[in-house]
Parts: sequence; C-alpha cells; structure tokens
Amino acid sequence: MYTTELDKKAADSRVVEVGIDDPQQLARFEARVAADDFIEPNDWMPETYRKTLVRQMSQHAHSEIVGMLPEGNWLTRAPSLSRKAILLAKIQDEAGHGLYLYCAAETLGVSREQMIDALHDGSAKYSTIFNYPTLNWADIGAIGWLVDGAAIMNQVPLQRTSYGPYARAMVRICKEESFHQRQGFELMMHMVNGTPDQREMAQDALNRFWWPSLMMFGPPDDKSPNTERSMRWRIKRDTNDDLRQKFVDATVPQAELLGLTVPDPNLRWNEERGHYDFSPIDWEEFYAVVRGEGPVAQERMQARRKAWDDGAWVREAAASYETKHASARIAA
Amino acid sequence: MDKALFEYLLRLGDDSLVLAQRLCEWSSRAPTLEVDLSLSNLGLDLVGQAQLLLGYAGEVEGQGRDEDRLAYHRDAEEYRNCLLVEQPNGDFAQTMARHFLFSIYRELLLDELVGSSDTRLAEIAAKAVKETRYHAELASDWVIRLGDGTEESHRRMQDGLDWFWRFVDEMFAVDEVERVLIERGIAVDPAVTREAFDARVTQVVKSATLEVKPSTWPQTGGRQGNHTEHLSTMLAEMQVLPRRYPEATW
Amino acid sequence: MSSDWPLWEVFVRARGGLDHRHVGSVHAPDAGIAIRHARDTYTRREEGVSLWVVRSNEITASDPSEAEEMFEPAASKIYRHPTFYDLPDEVKHM
Repeated sequence: MYTTELDKKAADSRVVEVGIDDPQQLARFEARVAADDFIEPNDWMPETYRKTLVRQMSQHAHSEIVGMLPEGNWLTRAPSLSRKAILLAKIQDEAGHGLYLYCAAETLGVSREQMIDALHDGSAKYSTIFNYPTLNWADIGAIGWLVDGAAIMNQVPLQRTSYGPYARAMVRICKEESFHQRQGFELMMHMVNGTPDQREMAQDALNRFWWPSLMMFGPPDDKSPNTERSMRWRIKRDTNDDLRQKFVDATVPQAELLGLTVPDPNLRWNEERGHYDFSPIDWEEFYAVVRGEGPVAQERMQARRKAWDDGAWVREAAASYETKHASARIAA
Repeated sequence: MDKALFEYLLRLGDDSLVLAQRLCEWSSRAPTLEVDLSLSNLGLDLVGQAQLLLGYAGEVEGQGRDEDRLAYHRDAEEYRNCLLVEQPNGDFAQTMARHFLFSIYRELLLDELVGSSDTRLAEIAAKAVKETRYHAELASDWVIRLGDGTEESHRRMQDGLDWFWRFVDEMFAVDEVERVLIERGIAVDPAVTREAFDARVTQVVKSATLEVKPSTWPQTGGRQGNHTEHLSTMLAEMQVLPRRYPEATW
Repeated sequence: MSSDWPLWEVFVRARGGLDHRHVGSVHAPDAGIAIRHARDTYTRREEGVSLWVVRSNEITASDPSEAEEMFEPAASKIYRHPTFYDLPDEVKHM
C-alpha cells in the first residue's frame, strides 16, 4: 500500500519544531543527496526535509494500517481455506509494513504514539482508497490487482529514496509485497473464468475501484507545489501524473486480458503520445475523501480508535509487569 | 472406509479450523501492531493444520470431499471440534486463556501422535507440534503478564480462566470412536497427558498470581456434534459464499 | 488513554555461520515479549535461525559530525590491504 503527499498543511508542526537552516550545512546536504548518498538519522538535515519525511512516512504507515480494514472485512468469509490463508498473510504483511514505517519514522524523533494519536484525531491523512467499502469478494481481487498495483508503482522507486531508514523499510516492503498484486490478479482470473455471478462481481469491483485507484497517485502535478523540491531531495522519485499514466498504461491491457471493461468511455490508445488517454478525474470527490468524507471514512477511524482504546489495558498491564519485575531484578 | 479414523481426523481438523476462524476475527483489532502480527501467525498455523487434517479426512472418507468441501459444506452438528475453540473471543485476556488451555492440551496430544501407527497422521503431528509448542509458550507469556500486570488485567485474566475452565474436561474425554483407534495405536488417549496438562497449567497460573477454580459443571458434546449456540452463527458467516454459490470455484 | 511500549532493535542471524544483522525494530514491554514480537515480525519468511533484541535507548552511536576525524584517517593506511604489495606471479599460496 502507499501514500502520496495529501495534505499540505498537516497539523504535525507540534511534533517537529521548525528551525532556520544554516546555508553551509544546507549546501552540503543538497550535494550529498544530489550524489545519491543516503541521509541517516543523526545526520544534519533541513527541518523541512525532516518534517516532510515525518508526514510522508507516517501517512504511508497509516495507509498500511487503515488498509487492513477493507480486506479484513472479508477475512472471515474467505470462500476457501487457501484464500483465507493468503488473505490473512497479506493483511498481516500490511500490519508489518505499517510497523516498519512507523519505526523508520521514529528515527526522526517522533514517537509511534504521537503518530497514532494524529491519525485518530483526524489531523493525519492516509490513502483515500481505504475510505471506500469492500462490497463483494471480487473486491479483494481488485484491491490486490489495482490498489497494490498502484502502490508498487510508487514504492519501487522509493527503495532509492534519500532517507536511509525509509529506503531500507521500502526494500523490505517491496520484497514482501511482490505476491500481493499477483494474488489479486489470480483471484480476478478465477472470478472471470467462473460462473456468471462471479463475472458480474469482478466487473462490479473494477467499476468501483478504478477511479479511486487512479486517485491514489494524488493531486495532478500543477496542484502539487512541493513536487519539485521533494524530487530534488529524493523523497519522491516520479511525479503524480507520470506514475498515474504509467499505471493506466500497464493496467488497461490487464483488464482486457481479464475480459473486463474499464469504466471510462473516453479511454483509448493515443498512438501519437504512446499512452492511453483517459477522462479527467473527479478531483472534487478526491478532496472530499481526503477531508474524511469518504463513504466509510468514519467507520475506518472508529475501528482504529476502538482497537487502540480496547488495547490500552493490555499495554498498561504488560508495562506494569515489566516495571515490577525489573525492580525485582535490580533488588536481587 | 475407516469410519473411526475419518471421525478422529475431523475432530483434530475442526479444532484447528474453528480456532483459526476465531483468530481471524482479531485481525486489525489487537492492542498493538506487534500483537496483531502474533495473532495472525497463530491463525495461519491453524489454517494450515486444518488443510492437512481435513484434506486427509476427505481422502480417508473416499467420497470425493476435499478440505474445502468439508470446511464449507457441513452444518454445525456435523462439526466435531471441542466446545472450547468455538467460544467467542471476548477480550484479549479471554482469547489468551482459551489459547493457553487449548494449546497446552494440543501440544501434549500432538507430542504423542508423532508416534501414531498411522504414518500420515504422525507426519502431520510432527509438523504441527512445533507450531503448537510456540502457541503454548506465547499464550503462557501473556497469561503471566496479564495475571501479574495491573489490578484490571489480573481481574480480566482470572475471569478468562474461570470462564473457560468448564470446557477443559471435554478435551480429555474418550468415547467409543477414540477407544477403538487407541487400541489400534492410531489415536492417543488424552487421559495420559492430563497430569502433564495440569502440571503445566498450574505452573503458569501460579507465576501469573492466578488460580484455577475447578468447574462444578463441565460442558461436553462437541465431539458428537452437540455444540454451543456460537458455532452455527460462526459457520453461517464463514460459509456464506460457497453455500450461496455452490457451483463456483474460487 | 493511550500508551505504547518501548522500542527494541532486532538483529537476525540468517543462518548458521553468519553474524546477526540489524533488520529493524519492534515495540515490546520486556525482553521476552520483544523476542516473540521480533520472531512474529521479522522471521515470517524463513529469514533467520537466531534473534537478538536490545533496547534502542541502550545503543550508543558515533557522532556523525565527527565522521571525518573518526573514519577518514583510515583511508591513507593502504598498506593494511594485501593488494598494496606487488609480488611476482610465480609466488603461489600467498
């Protein structure tokens, strides 16, 4: 799963203090990054770099965690034991990926607890795609095929991002995710080759997930003012529109292979550009979903908060056990 | 068909499957991400065991039913799991109490089944026993921490043990089906592991500053298909797609 | 109320004969659970045969601002490397 920079004025200034950068150090930093050197936690870095990274990495982590929910909706109803095992392993991977990313962000001086609090109070964002519901079993295939497919487009280049802990987390994530998209496509193949009911579910899933998947790449480049700087700093390696086009070009032939219809009457191959043309995206919907007005946005947040609140006594209990026994160890 | 062996494999396989299904309900709901990962690992081990055991059961039956047919197209009264594993998750302490009691029982049983005269069953047991040993250790760790944690966690953990203790005796009961298999050296008499079970449980419960309160009215019936109210609800959810679309393959 | 456990660094030995290598971190209330969490997080795909965990705040790191004086002086000691020494091809087993 993935995220792109969604909210330009995210309220995380309380976790990162903004300072004024020393021009000499800034020049040295820029030179290192330009030379594809990695920046490590204790190295000097501009405050904006740190802040942007914390926001981007925590958004990415939140997306992984919230992304467990739409798939978890079908876990107890997976229609075969092997589908159940695959889905459970995949959702577990997403928990792991959230965990890696939170830990990587923690090296920048922000605690996981602070990031989780920011998610729960609505000030932090996550990928808009997870605010859409999963309504039939083919949605699980569509998520793997389209959502993870879109994620891979974004994540593969991030393995070379300039911040060392982020890059290393991405290497691990990309390695583990390699089965996610494949299982989704394979699931879709079973659906389209199955009964008429199954075919219908597959088409319905594509109809609902196509546009939200294209929105996953974030606002168009002309509405993405920080792209140039983020690319210079190697926090971002491709523009939103470039990645979106790459995704459409890769996915349309896959839909054809499945015998499914992409829900866009204006979709056609443009010989001159060497790319598919597609209809404009409904950015009003996108920004509404970012604001937390997606179809199931409130349910998603409610579920996350409930898990965290219900677990509070467990976290306290284990901490208290350790406190008791640590002091006993010292006394002994 | 070896009817007794088929029946026995259903009991073992259904225990794994039903508990796995309960653990799936925890996904995204655990106290921390790390615990979420742990619970999923437990679930994955159990789904794998269910596939092996029910797959073998289907072969023994010889009627062309595979593990999915057995999992998704039997009603609650055809399920042979013990009552303990079908009980709802409750809070984290209850889930750990259930897992603690079941895993210790099951680890000891599998340890013996490794020597079963049925080589296929012995092989499955050899794989499953390692997984289950880890389950028992993990659950014991949590029972100890919650029991000896805060006042609240102590209360919840004690409640969890008390709640489930009435389902313990059933796991060690032997009926005619098993007696025949025990004589043939295929099944294991769980009664021989009871002493070890009590010792393990007592040791952990003690270091958790908890206590075992003997149950006055033990519950039984799962092995014969007489389940609690919870199983049919659980299966209705689990089986909805294959039942609604019996022609489909997934 | 919310609270999170402290952070631990995780080291995995991929197989016998290799060093433990840093792979990432987990949150855990104590060392015993940290090992379990490390196992359940970082060895799900047969990545290892042994684990170390250490509280993150127990690690002392060198100061990156001293990196020049710490590490660059080693660069000029080329005589420490076997390739510094030119030997005739006839010399074997050296």
